[in-house]
Amino acid sequence: MHLSDSDLSAIWLTLKLATLVTLILLVVATPIALWLSRSQSRFTGVVSAVVALPLVLPPSVLGFYLLIAMGPNGPLGQFTQSLGLGTLPFTFTGLVVASVIYSLPFVVQPIQNALTALGKRPGEVAATLGAGPIDSFFHVTLPLAKPGFLTAAVLGFTHTVGEFGVVLMIGGNIPDQTRVISVQIYDHVEALNYGQAHTLSGLMVAFAFIVLLALYGLRRRNKQGGGSWL
Amino acid sequence: MAVNSADRIRARVLLQRSDFTLNADLHLPGTGFSVLFGHSGSGKTTLLRCIAGLEKAAAEIALGDEVWQSDTVFIPVHQRPLAYVFQEASLFDHLSAQGNLDFAVKRARQPVSQSEKSAIIELLGIGHTLQRYPANLSGGERQRVAIARALLSKPRLLLMDEPLAALDEQRKQEILPYLESLRSEFSLPVIYVTHSVNEVARLADHLIAMENGNVMAQGSLEETLADPDFPLQLGEEAGVVLDTYVTALDPQWHLAQFEVGNGFGIWIRDSGHRKGDMARLRILARDVSLAVSPQSETSIQNALPCTVEAITSDNHDALALVKVRVGDAPLLSRMTRRSVASLQLEPGKVMWAQVKSAGLV
Repeated sequence: MHLSDSDLSAIWLTLKLATLVTLILLVVATPIALWLSRSQSRFTGVVSAVVALPLVLPPSVLGFYLLIAMGPNGPLGQFTQSLGLGTLPFTFTGLVVASVIYSLPFVVQPIQNALTALGKRPGEVAATLGAGPIDSFFHVTLPLAKPGFLTAAVLGFTHTVGEFGVVLMIGGNIPDQTRVISVQIYDHVEALNYGQAHTLSGLMVAFAFIVLLALYGLRRRNKQGGGSWL
Repeated sequence: MAVNSADRIRARVLLQRSDFTLNADLHLPGTGFSVLFGHSGSGKTTLLRCIAGLEKAAAEIALGDEVWQSDTVFIPVHQRPLAYVFQEASLFDHLSAQGNLDFAVKRARQPVSQSEKSAIIELLGIGHTLQRYPANLSGGERQRVAIARALLSKPRLLLMDEPLAALDEQRKQEILPYLESLRSEFSLPVIYVTHSVNEVARLADHLIAMENGNVMAQGSLEETLADPDFPLQLGEEAGVVLDTYVTALDPQWHLAQFEVGNGFGIWIRDSGHRKGDMARLRILARDVSLAVSPQSETSIQNALPCTVEAITSDNHDALALVKVRVGDAPLLSRMTRRSVASLQLEPGKVMWAQVKSAGLV
C-alpha cells in the first residue's frame, strides 16, 4: 500500500473537516432536535422539512445555491465581507459551513428520534426532584438519549467524510484547503491512476465498515445489557 | 421531617380543554393523606399535575403562606418544594437505585443526613436493591425506590399519582404497608390519587371525591364516606371506615373488641392484637342491619344503640342507605325500602345497629 504526500494531506484534511463539522453539528442540532421533539407549534412541520431538504436534493443543487449565497453578491458573502473575512467559496471555512448544512439532517434526526422516544416523563421527574432545565438536560436527558447522540455523531462524521458533490461545487480542488479524499480519488481516476484510487477507496470502505460495525455492536450490547454503556 | 403541620394546602384550578373542564377548589389539611378519589377520567390526575405545575392552568395554589401560583405568580416545578411519585415506575434507567436516590439527595430542599437516608432506605425495605439498575428490579421494588427517592428530596408536600395502579395485586399488598408506615411515621402532607376504594379505606385521612372534573365532596374520611349522599356509586363497597383501638381481648374465643363511637365496642376475630393497639375498621353498609330492640336470639353478637340521621335511596329502586350514629361514630346500613317503611324509620328515631362483621384495613 502506497500513499503519496498529497494522499496523506487529503486524508488529514478530511479528518479535520469531519471532526470540526461533527462538533459544530452536535451544538447546532441539539436545540433544533429538542424544539422539534417538544414543541406543539405548527411551524415544526416547516422546520422539519427545511432540515430534511439536504436528504433529497442533489448535492450539486445544494452546492450551487451555497456558491451563490456565499459569493460576493450573495447574502452570506455580503455578510462575511462586511466582517472583513472576504468570501467563503474555495476556502476551508466555506467547506465547513457547507458541510454543516449538508449533514444537518443526519445529526438532527437521530437526536430528535431519541428525544421523542424518551418522552416528557424523565424531564418531569427531574423537575419534581428539584432539577432545573439545564441540570436536567445534562444529567437526565443527555445520558438517557446517549445512543441517539452517538448515532448522530457517527452519521454526521461519516456523511461529511463521504461528501463529494457539494465540495466540488463550492470548494473546488485546492491542496490542503479543499482537496478532501473523495476529490483526491476523483483526480486519480481522471488521471487513470487506478492503483492509487484503489488504495484510497479501499481505505474508505474499510473505515466506513469498521465505524458502522462498532456502532451497531454497541447498540446491540446496549439493548441486551440494560444499564449504561460507554 | 421538618414540616410545619400548620401548613394548609389550598388549590383552586380551572382548566378548559376541548372535551373536558376541570374546576376544583380544594382546602386540604397540612398533614396526613388527602386522597383524590374518582373514576378514570374524573380529572384527579390532571388536578394533581396542576398542583405540581406540570400542567399549565389558571390556578391559585398555596402551601401555607407560600404562594406557588396565582394570576401573577408562577413558581416553576423545580422550585416548588414538592415531590411526585408517578403511576408507572419513573426511575432514571441510566442510574442505579443508589444513583437515583443520590440524584434526589443532591438537589434536596434541605440537607439530608446519613441517618435520615438510612432510615428512609430501611422504611421502604430497599437496602438490597441499591447496587442494581432499574431494569433489574421488580415492579414493586422500582416503585419503592421511587417513593424513597421522593422522600429524600425533602419535600414539604408529597404528590402520589396512583402509585399502585400499574402493579398486580400481590405487589400492591407488598407496598401498602410501606405507605401505611409513611402515613404513621411522617407528618409530611400527601395528596394521593386513586380509584381504589380499598386504598381509600387504608390510607385516607381526608377524602376528596371527584367526577367529570368537579369536586363532588370533600372532608374527613369518616364523615365523607358515611354521607349517604356520597356522590360516587360504591355499590357493594359502600360503608364507613373508623379509626379505633383495641379495648378488650377474649382469648377463649379468639376475639378482640374495638372501640366504636366513644364508649361502645364491637367484637371481631382477633388478628394478634394487644390491648390499646390502633387499627382501622371498615364496616360495609351491607353488614349492618337495624332493629327496634336488641336481639338476643341471633348469631349477630354486636348490637349498638344508635340514632337514625338520614335515609337516601340507593342505586337500585328497592334499596335504601340509612345513616345512623353510634355515640359519635357514623355507620351506614343498607336495607330494602320496604324495611324502611315497615320499621317507620325517620331521622331522630332510636334503633339498634347490628353489625354482622367488620374488616380490619
